[in-house]
Amino acid sequence: MKKSGILIEMENNRVKETSLGMITLAARSDAELFALVLDGVDDAICDMLGRYGITTVVDLGLPSDPEVRLNPAVRADAAAKAARNLNLDTVFGLSSADGKDLVPRVAALLDAPLVMDCLDVDPEKHIARTSQYSGKVLADIQLTGDVVIFGIRPNAVQPVPAPAQPRKMEMAWNNPAVENVGLVSWEDGEDGGQASLTEADIIIAGGRGLKNSDNFSLIFDCAKKLHAAVGASRVAVDEGWVPYAFQVGQTGEKVSPRAYIACGISGSIQHFAGMKTAGMIIAVNKDENAAIMANCDYHVQGDLFEILPELIRQL
Amino acid sequence: MQIYVCIKHVPDSAANIHILDDIRIDEKVAFLLNPYDEHAVTEAASLKQKVPDSEIIAVCLGKPDAEKTIRSAMAMGADRGILVETDDVCDSMTTARVLHAAIVQDGSADIIFTGKESIDSEGMQTQFRIGALFDFPVVTNAAAFDITSGKAVVTCELSGGRTRTFHLSLPCVVGAGRGLNTPGYPTFPDVVKARKKSIKTISMDNLSITPATGSAKTVALTPLEQKRYPKKITGNSADQAKEIIRILRQEAKVLT
Repeated sequence: MKKSGILIEMENNRVKETSLGMITLAARSDAELFALVLDGVDDAICDMLGRYGITTVVDLGLPSDPEVRLNPAVRADAAAKAARNLNLDTVFGLSSADGKDLVPRVAALLDAPLVMDCLDVDPEKHIARTSQYSGKVLADIQLTGDVVIFGIRPNAVQPVPAPAQPRKMEMAWNNPAVENVGLVSWEDGEDGGQASLTEADIIIAGGRGLKNSDNFSLIFDCAKKLHAAVGASRVAVDEGWVPYAFQVGQTGEKVSPRAYIACGISGSIQHFAGMKTAGMIIAVNKDENAAIMANCDYHVQGDLFEILPELIRQL
Repeated sequence: MQIYVCIKHVPDSAANIHILDDIRIDEKVAFLLNPYDEHAVTEAASLKQKVPDSEIIAVCLGKPDAEKTIRSAMAMGADRGILVETDDVCDSMTTARVLHAAIVQDGSADIIFTGKESIDSEGMQTQFRIGALFDFPVVTNAAAFDITSGKAVVTCELSGGRTRTFHLSLPCVVGAGRGLNTPGYPTFPDVVKARKKSIKTISMDNLSITPATGSAKTVALTPLEQKRYPKKITGNSADQAKEIIRILRQEAKVLT
């Protein structure tokens, strides 16, 4: 029987919804499903993973010391060793902020082919669908090899329960030789609660129409009420209103939220490259001729300085 | 220091991409230096200012036309270039092997800069594969870079304002992100000077490379177009806000 490993991401000691979606995707083949957990396993985590079809929960046994556990080189080393020891045929990980620094490392260590940012995968034929050329092209890529790896775009697949009774397995962690790269400090942002851009269900993004960095607080306030992540157009980051990490677009993050609310964003080709796969696009813009008004699901022609405060008030 | 910068010749992001035979793109569009690689070259140039005896070598795998992209890197500060020529579209396992072999043949790397990804294939992985082949440490999406006491100190960006700072022993591989620096437009004298710098051309077939056991092969390309049919939300701002909330709740089902 084939074996698939799924690199599980956690948040606040709970399995991320986007990780559960990966399990649903992996379950399209009849492979045995192993959850590879890097941040500790308890009964609740086992139950949650079992509910979506995992048959073996593997605790990679990383130490809790964050300097070690958060180091992507350490994480990749543990994941690659597990893939070898378990003789996995396929490894799935998320193409999330953390996944982009983990999944390619695992692929490099295993010298295995990888497609990142998969919108869909056929786990039997090992064909992945991903976007290329700034979101203008869909490419179907066939992987061959002893082990093949897929980095899945968060929210590409919605999780579907498929109950299994998982067994638990522990891997011994033996201090790997990654002393050539040490994690010395980490910063989780002023607002640790801000949903990660690539994984958010809702994104509210601001552009030129916000006019300055002070006004951008309207977007942040609205995001808080919506439990949404904040995005920005290239203009907003180039002007320094928000850091580059907030940029959605061809040179920023590629996102697929269920709803994307674009405020004061004209909708350049480069911006669409980052968000055209959103489930729903709502545009708020003063200019009814802005490109985004013709390529969205709903548009509001109006002054965002009136509409956003109303939204905040009503939420 | 020997500073290598791995660069890629990619279609302009503003170009219209036409697909031929459902498998390849029409290459009759403007090609240029991959934008993230501009940040890599710029960082190499500022490192050279701090360590004056350094040499910056731009290394590129691509078709003969990629010489233009190497010239762009030279106008931004690269001292010489290596073009490994091929008409094939290589997967990242092969690309990393080629870049590794070209660098090993040329000299001894103290540091290798790359972009964090290319804007054509968007693979996000070649830097890690180069690192694994050399057994050098790798970081990606670098937003700040310095060398102190013989170590590279690099801060990398995750999303949502999260950062991680690493100490890497040299040699190492650094994948440049947009936050790293602001690439400047080369001046006319820079462009003229770049024309006189040397580019060594190697045929990919002449590099000895052990092929990977696995592969990634494109089997189909289709245009990504998602036609949406916009509906207008009308009324005063209070009505509009109310309707947005209703849509998020009842149609997108993202609010409870």
